[in-house]
Amino acid sequence: MKTNDIILQTVTKITLFVIILFSIYLFFTGHYHPGGGFIGGLMASGAIVLLLLAYDIEMVKAILPVDYRKMIGIGLLFSAGTGAGALLAGKPFLTHAYTYANLPILGKTSLHTAVLFDTGVFLVVIGVTMTIIQTIGESD
Amino acid sequence: MSLLHLAIVSPLILAAFIPALYKKFANIHTGWFLLPLPIMLFSYFLQFIFQTSQGDTITRTLDWIPSLGIDFTVKIDGLGLLFALLITGIGSLVVLYSIYYLSKEKEKLHLFYVYLLMFMSAMLGVVLSDNMILLYSFWELTSFSSFLLIGYWNHRERSRYGAQKSMLITVFGGLAMLGGILLLYLMTGTFSISKTIKMAGELSGQPLFVPAMLCFLLGAFTKSAQFPFHIWLPDAMEAPTPVSAYLHSATMVKAGIYLVARLTPVFAQSSLWLWIIAITGLVTLFWGSFSAVRQTDLKGILAFSTVSQLGMIMSLLGVGAAAFHFSGKSAVPYTVATTAALFHLVNHATFKGSLFMAVGIIDHETGTRDIRKLGGLMTMMPITFTISLIGTLSMAGLPPFNGFLSKEMFFTSMLKVKEAGILSLDTWGLLFPVIAWTGSVFTFVYCMIILFQTFSGGFQQEELDKKPHEAPLGMLIPPVILASLVVIFGLFPNILSDSLIAPAMGAVLQNILGNGESFKVEISHWHGFKPELFMTVGVIAVGFFLYKTSDKWIGFYRLFPEKWSFNRGYDRTLELSQLGSRRFTSLYMNGFIRTYLVYIFSFFIFILGLAMVYEQAFKINTDDLAAVRFYEIMLVAIIAAASISILFAKSRLTSIILLGAVGYTVALFFVIFRAPDLALTQLVIETVSVSLFLLCFYHLPKLRKSEGRIGFKLVNLLIAIGVGTIVTVISLSAHSSKKFGSIANYYIENTYKKAGGENMVNVILVDFRGFDTLFEICVLAIAALGIFGMIKLRLAKGKNE
Repeated sequence: MKTNDIILQTVTKITLFVIILFSIYLFFTGHYHPGGGFIGGLMASGAIVLLLLAYDIEMVKAILPVDYRKMIGIGLLFSAGTGAGALLAGKPFLTHAYTYANLPILGKTSLHTAVLFDTGVFLVVIGVTMTIIQTIGESD
Repeated sequence: MSLLHLAIVSPLILAAFIPALYKKFANIHTGWFLLPLPIMLFSYFLQFIFQTSQGDTITRTLDWIPSLGIDFTVKIDGLGLLFALLITGIGSLVVLYSIYYLSKEKEKLHLFYVYLLMFMSAMLGVVLSDNMILLYSFWELTSFSSFLLIGYWNHRERSRYGAQKSMLITVFGGLAMLGGILLLYLMTGTFSISKTIKMAGELSGQPLFVPAMLCFLLGAFTKSAQFPFHIWLPDAMEAPTPVSAYLHSATMVKAGIYLVARLTPVFAQSSLWLWIIAITGLVTLFWGSFSAVRQTDLKGILAFSTVSQLGMIMSLLGVGAAAFHFSGKSAVPYTVATTAALFHLVNHATFKGSLFMAVGIIDHETGTRDIRKLGGLMTMMPITFTISLIGTLSMAGLPPFNGFLSKEMFFTSMLKVKEAGILSLDTWGLLFPVIAWTGSVFTFVYCMIILFQTFSGGFQQEELDKKPHEAPLGMLIPPVILASLVVIFGLFPNILSDSLIAPAMGAVLQNILGNGESFKVEISHWHGFKPELFMTVGVIAVGFFLYKTSDKWIGFYRLFPEKWSFNRGYDRTLELSQLGSRRFTSLYMNGFIRTYLVYIFSFFIFILGLAMVYEQAFKINTDDLAAVRFYEIMLVAIIAAASISILFAKSRLTSIILLGAVGYTVALFFVIFRAPDLALTQLVIETVSVSLFLLCFYHLPKLRKSEGRIGFKLVNLLIAIGVGTIVTVISLSAHSSKKFGSIANYYIENTYKKAGGENMVNVILVDFRGFDTLFEICVLAIAALGIFGMIKLRLAKGKNE
């Protein structure tokens, strides 16, 4: 018997964006407030898990056609690449640089290469969590 | 690299070309390519006689590992030269003999000659090296090549058994010798033998002196097949006969003798050296000749006879060491023992080599070596008979052959032992001539057995596969040369004395002679009616009587059951050590992870507890403890309650949920200890891991699912309490003995200034110590790919099935 979980699906549609926004917030605020790539990534994958609970795996794959294993690779590339970038500037591996800039819309903002590193962490965490959950979910 | 170095390694160089020559010239016997080399080496070494008989030595050095004091130093003195001539001389004859003995069509000749060349090179290296590490390297190469040669017919089980046995025993001794070398090095600081000999006077009082000596003796005794390590030699008779003639009578088994002779100047100061060598030698002499009589295989008799003769040489070297305790004229009776040892060394090589070759001929021409099947060959093989006659009579110690001379000198030295008046030799000295005489009687008996059982009596054609006839000429030349040497050395012994034996004595008995003096060696057949002459007459009379009546007493040997023989002991030791180690391993490696965890945790408790007690490290310092707050007490109470409940939970579901409770409480701890990042992460991770646990729980197989409490085990309880206590004690002590302040202030000051952030935790994670983070995400990635791999690969495998 197929249950009709329309309430769950509708709530998911709304909550999903809140969670995603919260995870993005956690990610970007990491350098100044609690948060960062790790917890942000976990939150984002939490949102996707919610989607998985409300719909089935095939549907989620159609909505988000992402290969999470490639995502792990890209994330590692981000983090390692940030580190390697310092080498190009003649600094030791993983030396970060930052500056404050006046951007058109955002106003005075700090730009920091640590964010790029954290992006790597963010992507790897999403990739890892989703790979594990998807793999286990697909197996019988 | 001098010509001398080249001479030592030249067999190895030739060995590299042998397989190619074997392939290329398949219709020529490979041995012919080899033959010129030992002959050339022999004539090359002959020219040194003039120098060594003047008392000179020739030293050539080549760097090997100079930083460790290891070099390729070659030194020729009287002793080394004597051995080098034996090795190359008998080597040439053996190669010639093997050309006729081994069939070109049936045998893998290239292997045989490569091994033989390896051995020749190694043996030359052993006797000519002046560096002990070099000596040891060549020493092991002789063991190794001997192993290959004994196992040459590796399709035979007995060959493999003999090869393994000789390898185990000689390598055991070789390793002991390496230990001795290192101990000696600790005392002297040099690996050079000649420098060590110069320092000999300072060594004898040192604590490592006796252990070093015992190690060297172990090496020498195993290699030279001394009692009770003689057991490998009879089994080594599975080798082809040229190998037995070369390695196991003339050269390799004398490496131990060489070692003892070479190190006599170092160790002879100690009475222990004299006693051990002389007693072991005599026991070996007696046991070897006693056991030889019961053998029925000709090579078996010769093997035990070799053991016995080696024992005789060894005991002479032991007695010869007494010369170091005297000076001037009074040392002369004991230097005679050394003379006898060296003279008999040469004699034994000649007559034993010829006897082995004769036995090889008999084996080759009749198809058997069993004396019960042989008989009456005298008229069919007259030349072989003559060779055997000369060889056995010399071995038995009859005039006019060279064995007579060395046996007389042997008795002389043994009789002198009692008169020494030192090292409590006068009380026990009487034993020496008695054992020596008894051994010689048995020697006489087995010599007669070889001679008469093979060549006289009735001929038994029905027992033999072939029709016996005389061997080809090439096969006869080497033993004929050796047998004629037996006669020549017997009739004119003094052609050896000044040229070879006196310089060799100079090397063995160094530090005894003053400057410009040299040993006078006089060997003569007739020296009046002395006790030793009567002893020889007694040997002949009693021996002949025993041989004639052997039917009556040979059954006496059956009183010694095979069960108590040394061979059986060796086999049982090997068996028991394998069985024992298997039993021992299966005793503690039972395959249960829980057992291994018990080992690991017990060791953890033991080693840490021991360290705490031994270092008296336990300390409690309450000065810098923070005040305890109400929330903390509550949370501790919750965590404790949850953890203890897990132990008593009836269902697994309860355990999982309680575990989740512990995790969330830890997150609360993070909150009240002001770690928001940790709290966030802990909450999410705990959720994920609890879900994963539930997943596992859901998939448990139905069949063996038994819900119930954890069973109680006292050992587990004790270990758990122990580990908890130890960890608590260590953390209390660690907290109470902080030696340095924290480096946290640096981070607090520089998080904003240098890294442009305000969340210190995150700045440390991505900036100050981003390197760790980089590899932690690698860990995550590996875990994810691992899970993916495990699940997907299992599915793929299932499909295949």
